[in-house]
Amino acid sequence: MVNLIQASNITVSRQGNKILENVSVVVGEHDFLTVIGPNGAGKSMLLKCLIGFYMPDTGKIRKMAGLRVGYVPQNFSPEHTMPISVKRFLGLRRKTEKAVVEKVAEETGIVTILDQPLFNLSGGERQRVLLARSLLDNPHLLVLDEPAQNLDISGQLGFYKLIEKIYKERKVSVLMVSHDLHLVMASTNEVICLFHHVCCSGEPQLVAKDPEFISLFGKDMATMMAAYQHSHDHVHHHNHSHES
Amino acid sequence: MIMFITIIIAMNLEPFLINAILAGFAVAVITGVMGCFVVWRRMAYFGDSLAHSALLGVALGLAVGIAVNVGIILICSVFALLLLWLQQKKVLATDTLLGILAHSALSLGMVTISVMGQRIDLHSILFGDILTVTRPELWWIYIGGAIVLIMLLMNWSSLVLMTLQEDLAQAEGIRVFLCNLLLMFLMTLVVAVSIRSVGILLISSLLIIPAATARQLARSPEGMAIIASFFGVTSVGLGIYFSFVLDTPSGPTIVASAASLFTLLTIYLQVNKKK
Repeated sequence: MVNLIQASNITVSRQGNKILENVSVVVGEHDFLTVIGPNGAGKSMLLKCLIGFYMPDTGKIRKMAGLRVGYVPQNFSPEHTMPISVKRFLGLRRKTEKAVVEKVAEETGIVTILDQPLFNLSGGERQRVLLARSLLDNPHLLVLDEPAQNLDISGQLGFYKLIEKIYKERKVSVLMVSHDLHLVMASTNEVICLFHHVCCSGEPQLVAKDPEFISLFGKDMATMMAAYQHSHDHVHHHNHSHES
Repeated sequence: MIMFITIIIAMNLEPFLINAILAGFAVAVITGVMGCFVVWRRMAYFGDSLAHSALLGVALGLAVGIAVNVGIILICSVFALLLLWLQQKKVLATDTLLGILAHSALSLGMVTISVMGQRIDLHSILFGDILTVTRPELWWIYIGGAIVLIMLLMNWSSLVLMTLQEDLAQAEGIRVFLCNLLLMFLMTLVVAVSIRSVGILLISSLLIIPAATARQLARSPEGMAIIASFFGVTSVGLGIYFSFVLDTPSGPTIVASAASLFTLLTIYLQVNKKK
């Protein structure tokens, strides 16, 4: 199995502060990684280093040759001063076949809004348009930075379901920053808990028991995760190996 | 088009009027396209400040004895870089910085001109005097304008995407920092080529008003640029005509025409919407 991205011991400093310290992450084929951590913990910086926005000060990032990445950024609030349709936005800077656009639009449920102006969309529609754009290149890896941040609860549920569907159907890997761990837990096979350094990482239910996780997020979050995981285990009869 | 031809014939093809029309239309097309980015990226205050600082450029040109346009480009570039550098420091908000830089440069320019004791037509620098544009100045406008338009068109999709979402643009390999620098530099060119027509105080209105008028009709970014240029050209045509007939200063007359078009269209659209 080939690793898509392998980052070893990367460190990034900005204005004398260490944003990332000795972080190592491996994204394998058909992995689903969720990065969690408090605000300002360096989550966005980690994603941006992994996809090549920034070079880490030290450490190595190796990528699979010919890796195609679809990126869904954190904030997207197009201004009403720019008149542009969804279709035109999807086609900006690329020549994509009509059939591909139609297929992706169908997949993400934006067929009916293709001719609408971009600034007119609801938050959920906007995120699905961004997701659609990231899929046009048929990527190996989807990188999403808090994609459901500004959605209401049903919007969040819908969006994460869509990501799970794409993850399963396209066999892509997913690397996502998200605070809504309880919503993506079913698919997530690795949680990375980041606070400038990797506090803990592993399967969700193991991370929930980690003392560092509890000290960062509090007992409530850990209990909630554990509770969710418990019922989840019962329904699906997963055989996670608990090493303890 | 027919209207403009009639104007030219009516004015007996006076050479200074032909120069004025050739200059004005070119400036209108350039500011129409650039103006879209000014409106999209909220650069209105930046453009205004840049234009104010151009007075120091005029003073420099006169003092050192280089072409005034070169002085303007030099000073405006320094202004833009200084602003970028101060923004990085994150001590003061951008509008505060712009206010400090713009008015310092304007005052410094004014003081320099006074100290030199040069007799220059300040009125024409502040409000423009399109009816006295000369052939060499026309060349400036066309070459500078061509650079602006070509650079904008070559990078059009990248600039539009960057305006919508910078991170997305960067993820797709666009060098966002360079594009920002490019836009700043193109703005200095636009200021340099437009000063003769509308003057330092009114350049930003020629950037904003046609684009804002076009926004109400356009359905695509390109459409907005084309319609903005059309409104700009119409405003300049009307402005030159009335400036000639009523003997009013050209810059304010052009801007008043643009403002009238904007007002009429806005009222028309509002009335028709309610029906």
